[in-house]
Amino acid sequence: MIEVDIRKKIKIYNGVSFINVNTSFESARVTLISGPSGAGKTTFLKILAGLIQPEEGIVTVDGEVWLDTSQKIFLPTQKRHLGFVFQDYALFPNMTVLEHLLFGTKDQEYIKRLLNMGEMLGFQNHKPKHLSGGQMQRLSILRALSTKPKVLLMDEPFSALDQALKVSLMTQLKDLLSELGITCLIVSHYQSETEGFAENSFNFI
Amino acid sequence: MPLVLPPSVLGFYLLLAFSPQNALGKWLQENFDISLVFSFQGLVLASVIYSLPFMISPVKSAFVNLPGSLAEASYTMGKSRFDTFFQVLLPNIKNSLITASVLTFAHTLGEFGVVLMIGGNIPGVTKVASIAIYDSVETMEYQNANYYSLILFAITFLIVISVFVLNRKAVKSPLE
Repeated sequence: MIEVDIRKKIKIYNGVSFINVNTSFESARVTLISGPSGAGKTTFLKILAGLIQPEEGIVTVDGEVWLDTSQKIFLPTQKRHLGFVFQDYALFPNMTVLEHLLFGTKDQEYIKRLLNMGEMLGFQNHKPKHLSGGQMQRLSILRALSTKPKVLLMDEPFSALDQALKVSLMTQLKDLLSELGITCLIVSHYQSETEGFAENSFNFI
Repeated sequence: MPLVLPPSVLGFYLLLAFSPQNALGKWLQENFDISLVFSFQGLVLASVIYSLPFMISPVKSAFVNLPGSLAEASYTMGKSRFDTFFQVLLPNIKNSLITASVLTFAHTLGEFGVVLMIGGNIPGVTKVASIAIYDSVETMEYQNANYYSLILFAITFLIVISVFVLNRKAVKSPLE
């Protein structure tokens, strides 16, 4: 169970706004976080990842305190054992597809499974500059999974995929998440995009 | 400061600092038996102090231009700042690093004020190309000055061409 109670000031076009979130997310489940543009969904994911610090708040994951501003507890990102799919993919231009996955794990069998899942077996030695938008997005998902995280945070992860590929990837991804017991939070503008994949939803206002 | 100080002023202060009669120079001489004044080592060190800022600026700018999400992605994979720097950030500014090094070297090659101050003009030890040109002109040996100048010009031209080719060959990353 991820329990969150945070407050963060964010800058918006005509001043400042606040992100106030007090909720919990079920463990080993996929939760869709939807809401309007600029509401702070990406910021919220980054707060969970420890990439941004809120002014005040508490985040606990399966009883482990990741953040507690009142006690000055802040678990570094590196120790949170999570995977993050960035909206801009954030792929490393110097690494091939295979090197991206080797950066996260040395388990060759698991890497093969991931490559197979993302239909990237034929592109192992390609660098990001030689991949299409959809391939880059798939690679960013596979890379996030490479460390076998306990929490997977995905920011618009399927936006560049065609319908057939998306369905195939979602099916295999769901099996893997369930097998590894990964808690998954997905940010998306459209609820329909993750239909059949997300089990719960949270409306971000 | 080295960016804005006249080279002769920087050279003069380095000459004072490295002089065995002053604290730093005396300490280096007594503890390590190193004398940097009027030596090739001193000339190299002074050139580094003078030229390094010209390299730091483009390298810093290359780091700043890398998307912040690259380092963030590495952190989310459990990698330390050290690993992230050497395995993710540094390899992705390789071209800027090479370009900055080559241009800084070219800039140092023709340096005059600092090397003359700290190295003097000792033939075979600290007499560098730019000083040799000046010497030749002083003694009205224009033919020699012309030869030295042409050699420096050719080297500098080759360096600039290599930098141009390197940057042209560098395939744009998907981040650009």
